[in-house]
Amino acid sequence: MLRLEKLTKTYKTGDQALKSVDLDIPEGQVLALIGPSGAGKSTLIRCINRLVEPTSGQVFLGGTELTHLSAGALRRERRRMGMIFQEYALVERLTVMENVLSGRLGYVGFWRSFLRRFPQPDVDEAFRLLDRVGLLAMADKRADELSGGQRQRVGICRALIQNPAVLLVDEPTASLDPKTSRQIMRLICELCRERGLAAIINIHDVALAQMFVQRVIGLRFGAIEFDGPPKDLTPDVLTTIYGEEDWEATIETVEDDEDIEAAE
Amino acid sequence: MNTELQAILGRGWKKPPLIKRPWLRWLLLAGFVAYLVAAFLTIDVNWARVYEGLERGKQFVLAFTSPDFVSRSGDIWDGMVESIIMTVAASVVGIAISIPIALGAARNVAPLPVYLACRGIIAISRALQEIIVAILLVAIFGFGPLAGFLTLSFATIGFLSKLLAEDIESMDRVQAEAIRASGARWSQWINYGVQPQVMPRLIGLSMYRLDINFRESAILGLVGAGGIGATLNTSFDRYEYDTAAAILILIILIVMALEYLSGIIRARVQ
Repeated sequence: MLRLEKLTKTYKTGDQALKSVDLDIPEGQVLALIGPSGAGKSTLIRCINRLVEPTSGQVFLGGTELTHLSAGALRRERRRMGMIFQEYALVERLTVMENVLSGRLGYVGFWRSFLRRFPQPDVDEAFRLLDRVGLLAMADKRADELSGGQRQRVGICRALIQNPAVLLVDEPTASLDPKTSRQIMRLICELCRERGLAAIINIHDVALAQMFVQRVIGLRFGAIEFDGPPKDLTPDVLTTIYGEEDWEATIETVEDDEDIEAAE
Repeated sequence: MNTELQAILGRGWKKPPLIKRPWLRWLLLAGFVAYLVAAFLTIDVNWARVYEGLERGKQFVLAFTSPDFVSRSGDIWDGMVESIIMTVAASVVGIAISIPIALGAARNVAPLPVYLACRGIIAISRALQEIIVAILLVAIFGFGPLAGFLTLSFATIGFLSKLLAEDIESMDRVQAEAIRASGARWSQWINYGVQPQVMPRLIGLSMYRLDINFRESAILGLVGAGGIGATLNTSFDRYEYDTAAAILILIILIVMALEYLSGIIRARVQ
């Protein structure tokens, strides 16, 4: 469904953020991308929808190759890739509803969007999504009035209303408390399952990733070091990805967490 | 605790000086003081002339205690109306032209050739002082408010485009990036990702420019570009300091009213 071939990104400064990454993601698979800061996780995600231009290599979404598309064709393909951001990236001075509807910008013309006269099905879908994430009452609030968890839910709605085939999720829980982090991760994974969406989730919190995803990719210095199911993440594997540290505690917490979840 | 830390503890701390090399620091300071002294010594004051001038100055200041709004009220009214029309028209036109130029002059929104062209326009508009532009335009279009209106529009472009462009350049990149990721076209991206972020600043700057344009319109009259300045100039020429005082008081009141209005509007749009 989404396939990366020899994807490479070298920044002008000479830093190699990605070194010939190959990756194949089947339809409906939720994948966590872990690795230390600076390993190239954000770059990888942004090279897919070309917010960052890859230096070389190819990206296939369905049958379409993305790295050589013209500006117009790229916009059409971006509609099929919903993105969820670290720190939410809502336009703070717009209302919640405008933020959600901005996910439809790729589908409506300029004057329609300028006058905020979106097609009725879009508006209905926006309300349905806001209701799904429990924020229907907030529709006319300004985005900067919301709490962190609420903002991220709006960000999720904005990505989903694009009716995407794949979700690109960049550190969705980076600035959230542990409980909200779990709720957000659970919400993202549930929605992916409901809609059969594939997703790449960049995430720092290894334990949280293990809890929710089917497959984990470990990135180190721009190259894939690990690719497998969450249960294969042993202390040895984490040491190759992150470097020497006492990993037992991290992995044990996961099991504890799962017990608690089950008890709940 | 390591020895390095031990050695530092108990010692005082001073902020490192801005210029590290002490000889350069003192040389610059000495040079500055020498320049200051030399500059003051070159000021040539003719004290006898100042003594005579004080009398005229006194008359002018005293005129403020008895401003004459009445005897030239017709001229004052016409001048004020002309100034206000000039100000509003020039501000509207100037702001409307400034916005696209500001977008072009923001490096994070416009490609390099457009950026350079727009920065060029801004540089020209800012390099030419209002009075010089007004003299030129009066020469082309003749005496009257048309020249004033064009001058103020031209000056507004340089001012507003520059400051707005800088605000666009310092906007939050991630918010704009999120809109771009949705597949929005350029115009939609500006409308949803950029405009909401810079709107308070645009409104604040526009109000401020309206205020400046009104004050400038009083100066432009001195070179024949119409408005209240023409009336003010005439009253000075006739030594009617009481009428001049009345006009100045009106200008001050209008500027204060604009200031107050701008405060209210900016508080509303935060």
